[in-house]
Amino acid sequence: MKKVLFNHAIKSIFFLNILLVILIVGFIFIKGYKIISLKFLFTMPYNSMTEGGIFPALVGTFLLTSLSIIFALPPGVITAIYLNEYVKNKHLINIIKISINTLAGVPSVVFGLFGFSVFVKFFGFGVSLLSGAFTLSIVILPIFISATIEALSAVPYSLREASMALGATKLYTIRHTVLPAAFSSIMTAIILSTGRAAGETAPILFTAAVFFQKNLPDSLFSPVMALPYHIYALMTEGTHPEKQVAIAYGSALVLIITVLFLISLAVFLREKRRRYVNFKH
Amino acid sequence: MKIKTTENYKIELLFSAVSFFSLLALFLIFLTLAKESFHSIKEIGLIKMITSSEWYPTDEENPAFGMLPLITASLYVTFLSLLISIPIGTLSAVYISEFAKPKAKLFLKSFIEIISAVPSVVFGFWGIVFLVPIIQKLFDLPTGYCILTSSIVLGIMAVPIITSLCEDALNMVPSSLREASYALGAEKHTTIIRIIIPAASSGIFTAIILGAGRIIGETMVVLMLSGGSAVIPESLTDPARPITSAIASEMGETVVGSLHYSSLFTLGLILFVITVILSVLAQYISSKYSLKLGKGR
Repeated sequence: MKKVLFNHAIKSIFFLNILLVILIVGFIFIKGYKIISLKFLFTMPYNSMTEGGIFPALVGTFLLTSLSIIFALPPGVITAIYLNEYVKNKHLINIIKISINTLAGVPSVVFGLFGFSVFVKFFGFGVSLLSGAFTLSIVILPIFISATIEALSAVPYSLREASMALGATKLYTIRHTVLPAAFSSIMTAIILSTGRAAGETAPILFTAAVFFQKNLPDSLFSPVMALPYHIYALMTEGTHPEKQVAIAYGSALVLIITVLFLISLAVFLREKRRRYVNFKH
Repeated sequence: MKIKTTENYKIELLFSAVSFFSLLALFLIFLTLAKESFHSIKEIGLIKMITSSEWYPTDEENPAFGMLPLITASLYVTFLSLLISIPIGTLSAVYISEFAKPKAKLFLKSFIEIISAVPSVVFGFWGIVFLVPIIQKLFDLPTGYCILTSSIVLGIMAVPIITSLCEDALNMVPSSLREASYALGAEKHTTIIRIIIPAASSGIFTAIILGAGRIIGETMVVLMLSGGSAVIPESLTDPARPITSAIASEMGETVVGSLHYSSLFTLGLILFVITVILSVLAQYISSKYSLKLGKGR
């Protein structure tokens, strides 16, 4: 009796967990799908945010995430290469790994404060695309490094040995053997980080995002609209809250679909490869 | 040949320098927060700020920077949402690790990872349009924006995080322990309660610490749902203003370099120190733990 109760309790709690999330996503889907149309995606907002689309917010989020990936890519890949290919000293690995994990635990609003003080004020970039992208790149760096380390460690050791045996130097081996072999899994790491960056709000709150902009951003130094911030602003600012809610539903649904698509793609690709790697050994 | 080796050495040096970027970033964040908060700490004093309970930063004659209401609100919200997410999260992890079939296990783990990526602003939005009216009606409140609402939403949001961390911990328990228990005639639920959960307890504890760090630093949900009144909350249905919410909502309206501006960075510094301590503590516990059990799978 006790046994049956226990098993059922655990199963039902698990399905409650799944159900809750489906409830949330489903609720927004049902309320939001009617609002999304090509016009909604590709027109500017007008009539003081009560009509029109979310085009500038989409463009802003696209620019912010792509730039932050570009900034995070070099230090991320180099750190992963160094940790996976070079260091032998355990203490050194530990120090670097602890700092990566600790950086991953820093609250996103603290990154926002840091970005404001350093990029907006100290470097004088102002509230801009550039400041926001730099701030976001630090936010996603730990996620990107961990995923890239996994990508590199999945490359079979025999490839490296074969390259070394042919007389190649370590650097040559990394550039011409390890990196090409890990290329697709590094792409997975990039997709995963893009998904994370696209949904972040707090880091761009004071560094990049504005509620409304007449034109699309024309330089790195212009402020941008961004999808997650747009949802927040529609619910808390503006003059016509009732009409703004509809647009917020649409924006939330677009954001959910974008982020879930990117993350699912990354997870799917990774699991497929993991199985392949396991099979080979 | 000699030139080539020194070249390789130089590159290794460069790589190692870049690899310390994360550590450098942590230091820079700390220095920046310390530098910006110096003004308010010198003027008012850190102890006085933390212990006094009047937060009127924009008052023109008598601005007051007592952070106690904000800190209490953060602690309330964190504690309450952990109360929701710990049982659901750990038991879900037990289900995935002990009950699900191998194929379903892979799928469920991926599913949990994917839903943990749903952006927090979406949870906040759902809270406003769905939960706030319900809570308001249910408790007959003037407003549905309160500690309870934001804790519930934060709790739901933290469940997948705690689930996947706990699942990792349960996975680390060597299967020899499980087999030994079955060999002694124990049933599945006895094995789980008496063997697996105790063996994974430090891992589960780590997961809870990391989850607490995430929750206390979460911004968008509490910003959108807590209600924003900076008074020490007396009941769960009181509106409140947790630390992150104060930073996010007040940074926009403050003058750069003012005492208010500086005190917001002090809040950031407090938050940073708390989360760094939690994160390092969790890593310390989990490294000791994996030494004890071995990295068996």
